[in-house]
Parts: sequence; structure tokens; C-alpha cells
Amino acid sequence: MWKFTLRRTLIMIPQLIVLSILIFVLAQLMPGDALSGQVGPDVDPKRLDEIREQMGWNDPWHEQYGRWVGGILQGDFGDSYRFKIPVSELIGQRIVNSFWLSVATLILSYLIAIPLGITSGRYNDSWRDQLITGYSYIGFATPLFIFALVMLWLFGFTLQWFPTSGSVTPGLEPGTFEYVMSKLYHLLLPALSTALITTYGTIQYLRNEIVDTKQKDFIITARAKGASESRVYNRHILRNSLLPIAAFFGFEITNLIGGSIFIENIFGYPGMGQLLVESITLRDYTVLTATTLLFGVASILGALLSDIILSIVDPRIRIK
Amino acid sequence: MAEKLLDIKNLTTSFRIKDDYHAAVDNLSLTVNKNEVLAIVGESGCGKSALAFSIMGLHTRAKIEGDILYKGNNIAKMSPSELNKVRGNDLGMIFQDPLTSLNPLMEVGEQIGETLYLHNKNMSKNARREKVLDLLNKVGIPRAEHVINQFPHELSGGMRQRVMIAMAIANKPELLIADEPTTALDVTIQSQILDLINKLKDEMDSGIVLITHDLGVVAEMADRVAVMYAGQIVEVADVKTLFESPLHPYTRSLLNSVPNANTEQDELHVIQGIVPSLQNLPREGCRFGARIPWIDESAHEKHPELKEVAPGHQVRCTCYKHFSFPDESKEEQHVLS
Amino acid sequence: MSYLEVNDLKVHFPIKGGVFGRTVGHIKAVDGVSFSLEKGKTYGLVGESGSGKTTTGRAIIGLNNITSGKVMFDGKEITNMRRAKSDARKNIQMIFQDPYSSLNPKKRVVDIVSEPLRNFENLTRKEERKRVQELLELVGLSPESILKYPHEFSGGQRQRIGIARAIALKPKLIIADEPVSALDVSVQAQVLNFMKEIQKELDLTYLFISHDLGVIKHMCDEIGIMYKGRYVEEGTAEDIFNDPQHIYTKRLVAAIPDIDPNKREEKRKFREEVKVEYDQSYNDYFDEEGLAYKLQPVSDTHLVALPEKG
Repeated sequence: MWKFTLRRTLIMIPQLIVLSILIFVLAQLMPGDALSGQVGPDVDPKRLDEIREQMGWNDPWHEQYGRWVGGILQGDFGDSYRFKIPVSELIGQRIVNSFWLSVATLILSYLIAIPLGITSGRYNDSWRDQLITGYSYIGFATPLFIFALVMLWLFGFTLQWFPTSGSVTPGLEPGTFEYVMSKLYHLLLPALSTALITTYGTIQYLRNEIVDTKQKDFIITARAKGASESRVYNRHILRNSLLPIAAFFGFEITNLIGGSIFIENIFGYPGMGQLLVESITLRDYTVLTATTLLFGVASILGALLSDIILSIVDPRIRIK
Repeated sequence: MAEKLLDIKNLTTSFRIKDDYHAAVDNLSLTVNKNEVLAIVGESGCGKSALAFSIMGLHTRAKIEGDILYKGNNIAKMSPSELNKVRGNDLGMIFQDPLTSLNPLMEVGEQIGETLYLHNKNMSKNARREKVLDLLNKVGIPRAEHVINQFPHELSGGMRQRVMIAMAIANKPELLIADEPTTALDVTIQSQILDLINKLKDEMDSGIVLITHDLGVVAEMADRVAVMYAGQIVEVADVKTLFESPLHPYTRSLLNSVPNANTEQDELHVIQGIVPSLQNLPREGCRFGARIPWIDESAHEKHPELKEVAPGHQVRCTCYKHFSFPDESKEEQHVLS
Repeated sequence: MSYLEVNDLKVHFPIKGGVFGRTVGHIKAVDGVSFSLEKGKTYGLVGESGSGKTTTGRAIIGLNNITSGKVMFDGKEITNMRRAKSDARKNIQMIFQDPYSSLNPKKRVVDIVSEPLRNFENLTRKEERKRVQELLELVGLSPESILKYPHEFSGGQRQRIGIARAIALKPKLIIADEPVSALDVSVQAQVLNFMKEIQKELDLTYLFISHDLGVIKHMCDEIGIMYKGRYVEEGTAEDIFNDPQHIYTKRLVAAIPDIDPNKREEKRKFREEVKVEYDQSYNDYFDEEGLAYKLQPVSDTHLVALPEKG
């Protein structure tokens, strides 16, 4: 078990290196740099070259990359070109916001997926199953950003049940009960919007697991023992079907990252997704590379988490 | 007169294919007595497993007609909760493939314990554990204290089947149904499992229905044998009679087609044609008729029934009187009829 | 001069372990197997699951990598089958166990049977079709069935399709890996009879791999018994069934159910005796690792794995 985890963690290292190189090179390839558009046309191009030289932007890419990685390893992502403050400071609060939004989305998504998946799988091919499958098809087909816009328009602007931007009502003292409630209130609508759309994967996965498990020989064995149908479901079918769902959890994180980029922008929620888009439009490379890298690391960690969870819950893998 | 444990009367088990029901077990009647091993032999598709599942009430999508009387109570008409009181308690079942028939994510001890728990909810956890250890010892599993916490995939095929047996006999069932219990096992393991079933039978004084396609296993185990073909029983006899003087053409063909390590034969008998599929079962006349085309049609009955030809020996259809293998001489045929 | 000669064949599979997935040991699936096979005869390779019999067959035809040892076929070395000349590959074919999974369900019979033809012979469509029809006729299937798919056939018929594919290139040696284990007895009889028939007709040599001693005895002239990757005994069918010498063989033979119910008690007693003997003399027949010793001749045809005397 420990060996497995260790080996699995070691595999991550080359993954991270490749990821960081990729991000760095891609950022370099983007047209323009932090100076373009920021300085007036009257500035002497020679002066610009001097600044570039001074910033080290004319060095070969691997030297720049070395500096960049070296800084990150010490917790220094550099300074934002635009905001002139350290990137880590810029990211700080946003990463916390994004984290809580993800947690809320995950909880909501499982709250929706598990009962629906169970119903769909247990009564497969009934009208209930067809209804739920219909819902997941809609979820699959609907683009998240359109759905989110509709939700925002309906519940935010028209009905005014939820705030339409921000992560907390300004002026509240951090740490107070009101502050926490306000935070929760602000992330509810974006979380729900994401959960409603992205949960289809888990629903269908759980449904198929259950339908599959139902046909296994050991289910017949359980019936032959005299177990009631409800016991057969709870003890044998559900238990065996939920385990792979637990392993699916890590991959959900990757899904969420993709979703957060849209959601945070639409709901004006100050998180990592919003920061990423901002940094692209502003050509704020240090921020851009830092956020992309963190997203990448989160995905890799998600996959790692999945494997470790699976190895814990499934005794057939646990043995190794 | 032996005590009847199971009395099956006119059982028809049909499955729905497209819009029609097709009988996999067709109007079958059979009894199983206390403390006897009744073997049901036949090839795949003959309905023997459908019969076993019917006795256990395990079909979820089949139409069951007729009566399955277990000590006078009709299993075929029981409600689910009544059925669950009988299954695992009075009736135990052993399945063919112990790997797929055990829950891969549940410890062996828990799986055996579940059978105990379901029929005696007052048993304490400790008492249950003791009983499980006891059962593991009984079925010959070494290091039971260790195995009790293992998962099925950690055990060998033979050990897994012993676990299945421990599960089936946990509540001392009076009737044990073994559906191809050794088919998935190696021959040395097979003989061990068969010996174990035999030993347990004597200890528990219960009846066993042994479903198999292996005539060697039948010869080793059975007291009585029912041969099934196309959803019907074509011959019933005690084991010695069946092997020494089989009558029905199917029984005789089957016996002649087995390559056997203990006899010499150069060419094996081949039954002509193929086993008909469920939708194509011949429903009229002698169902085996099409496989022995060299026998004149007049030899068959229009509506063949099982008839007693000697005490305890029943045969379906009159064609057996006129049957001989194509390469057999005529004199032999006369001797037989 | 024997037709197929296998000399000290070893097939070891690495076991990966540790943090870096290094090779920490080997599973010795086949561990020093030697036998030879005469032209036109059937050689039976018997053993229980995990004995290495299937791996041996697969190694000869090049489906498993050979760790060491030598395989000679018709006087030529074919140890690395995949690198061997194509005529050796043509001359040795394999029949697989499960006729349900060894045929590609998405291919028509004509494509399945002609696959080896396409690999080795340049035939026009028309010639190819004609050859396939001939082959199907030879295995007793109607020539019209060439456009059907495997699922339209019964188990026995599918195994015939598998055989048709195996004999398409007119091979000299066929390795049959449990060819009838997935079949019902009556179908099994059909396939076995048929295999015997074409053996005479096409002058085939069989390496017949099975766990079923009844089938082995019916089919084979010579038999080798394998246990944990090694030979425990080799001899004629007569030697093995009437005069088994190794305790493992005795146990195997004793375990075969007798088709005569009258001998039931006798057989059960015999099994118990053998079991007692097995437990008592285990150390005389197996080394410290529980593996068999090297084969020693006890007669001209009969070899038994016994510790060297002295």
C-alpha cells in the first residue's frame, strides 16, 4: 500500500516537469509581452529593449525557465507585471475562494448524483430511469456557460434571490458569522449551476455500475442465502457500485477546474478561474503561468487521489 | 418408502424472447427424497440450470407454472419474504464458478456470516464468528482464523468453492442444490470437493440435487439420475441401472460419446444434428427424434410421456424399444427390445 | 529423428515489484521441459491450471518469449518462431480453447478462415473464396456459410471454423490448446472424431494440451504430465494410465471419476490411499521448493521425475 502510494507519487514528478515546461513554452509563444500596449507610442524602442534586457526576457528560454522554476520552488511566483504585487499575494485569497466553491460544487453534485444514479440504476429502463437519463443527456448537451448565464439571469437578476457577483458582501468583518454566511450565500448559485450540469457524468457512471453489478453472479448468491431485495441492494449492489464512484472523485476535480473558468467569470466570483482569464487578456505572464501551473497540479493531484482512493477501497488492488 | 423432500409437479419455466414465452423446463415432474443424491444430467441448453434456479426461486424474469413442493410448501407460490425464510436456511445452493459467485469486495467471513445472520438475527457477533470458523474447518479450510478475513481473490479455486459450500451449509439445509459444483475446478480439486460434499451429506442427512453435464461425476456421486433433454426428463433411474442398462436413445448416445480414461474405444459416438436453441425446441412428438433420423417415425409416440418400465426406472417415448446405433448389429437390437 | 524436439525449454515471466517497478523475481511458468514428438502421432501435454502446459504450447509457436532452451522442428531450429522462416510458421498452427472468444465476432467466416492465406499466399479473391469453401467442406460445414458471422454457429461448429483456419495452410503440426474443454460432451465427441479423421487424411502431427485425462487417453499416443512448470512423468498412454510411477500422476489418475458406479467405493478407497501416500512420500518426489526432479528412465518409453540416486 505504502509502496504503491510512493511509486504513484514518484510518477508525478516527471509529469510535473513536463507540465511546467509546456506551460512556460506556451506562454512564451503567445504574441506580445507585458510591455505591448502598456507603453505609449512615443517611448523610444531602444528603451523598451533595455527594459526587456533588464527583465531578462532576451535570455534563452531555458535560462528563463530555470529562474522561473527556481523561484516557484521557493514559493516565489514572481511579481505581477500589471498589479506590481507578488503573484502569490494575488493568488492567495482567490485560491481559497476557488477551493470553497469547488467543495460546494462537489457536495451539491454528489447530493444530486447519488440518489439519481441509484434510482436510475435500481429501476433501470423504468420511467424514472428514462427521466433521469433524459436529464443527464440535457446536462451533457447544455454548454455550462449558457446554463450559468440563464441561472444568473433568472435567480440573480430577475428573482433577485442570489447576489450576482463577488464572493462576500463588502464591509463584513472576516471571521464573523455573517461573513461566513455571506460567503456561503455568494457561492451557492455558481456551485449549484455547475453541479446541475456537470453531475451527469457521475449519475451515468453510478447507474451503469449498478446495472452491471446487478447482473453479477454473487448477487444471485446473495438471493440464494435468503437476503431480501433491499438487503441485496444495500449490502451487495450499492456497496460494490459506490466504491468506483469514490475513485471517480479525483477526476471530478479536473472537471471542476474546466468549469470554474466559465463560472467564475460569469458570476464575477473572484477565484482562480477569473484570475486566469484576466491574466490572459492583460498579458500578465507571471500570473498566467502561475495559475495554469496550479490548475495543472490540481489535476495531477486529482488523478493521484483517485488512484490512492481506489487502492484503499478495492481489496483486489490493495494487495499490491 | 423414502421420505419425499421435494416434489415437483408439472413445472414449466418459460422465458420471454421477443414477444413469446418459451419453456426451458417443460411440464417436468420429479421428486427428491431425504438423504439421497439426485443427479440431473444434460448438455447446455437442456434446462437443468433453469430447473435448479426454479427450485430456489431465483428466476427474476421467468414465468413459472406448476408446483414445487418442499415438504408440502409450494415454493412456486411463495411471497418474496416467505421465500427468503426458506432460501439459505432449508435450501442451500452451490454455484458453478466460485470466483464470480462470491462478492469480490467482502471478506470471506462476512459472506458466510451473512447466511447465518439472515436466518438468526439474535446470534451475537462473537457466536457468529465462532460458527463461521467452525464451518471453515468443517469444509477443510486450513488456517481458518486467517482465511476468515481474506477476500475471495486471495484464495485458490478449490478454497473458494469450499467457502461457497460453507456458505450453503451454514444453516444445515435439508436440501442442497449443487449447480455444476466442480466444472470450473481441476480434476484433483474436483475429487476433493466431491468427497467433501459426500461427507457433508452423510453428516447433515440432507438431500442433494446435483446438476452436472459430467457423467463421471454422476457415476461417482448420484443415487438416482434424471437425464434431461430439451426441457424434459427423458429417463430416470437409479445410478447403477442408468449406467448398466440405459434405455433412452439420448442416454445411450451420451454415454457413448464420452471419452473415458478407464475404457478403450477408438471412435466416439457422435449425436447427429445440434442441440436445438430455446426458440427452436421441438414441442411436438419425441424431442430427440430429429437427432436419430435413422429410426423410423412410427417408433415414436405422438405425445410421449415418462412411463415406468421397471420399479424406479422411467423412460419417455417408445422409441427406445426400436433404437440401435447405426453401426450396431441387428441382433443386439433384438436383445435390447 | 523426431519431428518436433523441445530441449530444456524455459519460459520465465518477470515479477515487477518495489517502488521503481524493478524485476524482483521470476515466475517460472515453464522450467526446463524437454520432449520429442514423432511425425503423425499425437502427443498429450497434461496438467492442472498453472502447470505451464499452455505456456509451453504458446512458446513453441512463438506466442510467448522463450527464456532459454531450444525448439527443433523437422530438423530446423525454430526457437525464435517470430524470426523463423515463414515456412516454419506456415507448418505449425494452433487451435485455441474457447471457440466463443477466439473468433473475431465482427468478421465473416470467409475472412476468418482466409486470414492465414492472406498472410502467406497471394491468391486472387476468387481463388481464396474457393479455398475457403473447400476447407469448410473438409471440416463439415456447408460452403454457403462463408458469409455468416461466428455467432450464427453452435460451439462445435465454431471450433470447426477454428480448425479450418488452422489447417488452411496445410500445416504439418497442430498445437491444440484445450480444443474441446468449452464444449458439451456430444459436441466434444464430434470435434475429437473429426480431429482424428483429418489427422489421417492430412498426415498431421498433434501436440494436444488438455487437463482432461479422458480426452488425453482417447487421443494421445504419448503423454507428458506437467506440474508447476516441470515434467513429472512421461510415457505411453499405457505407461501413464496403467502404471503411473510418480505420486502426482497417481493422484491425478486416481482423481478421474470412474464411469462405472459399481466401482465407486473401491475408487474412493483408492483415492484415500493415494492421498495418504501423497502426504507421506511428498518429500521423496519433490525438492525443497516443491518442484519435480529431473526425469529418469524406468523403461524404454517411460520416464519419471525422481531424485538422482546416490
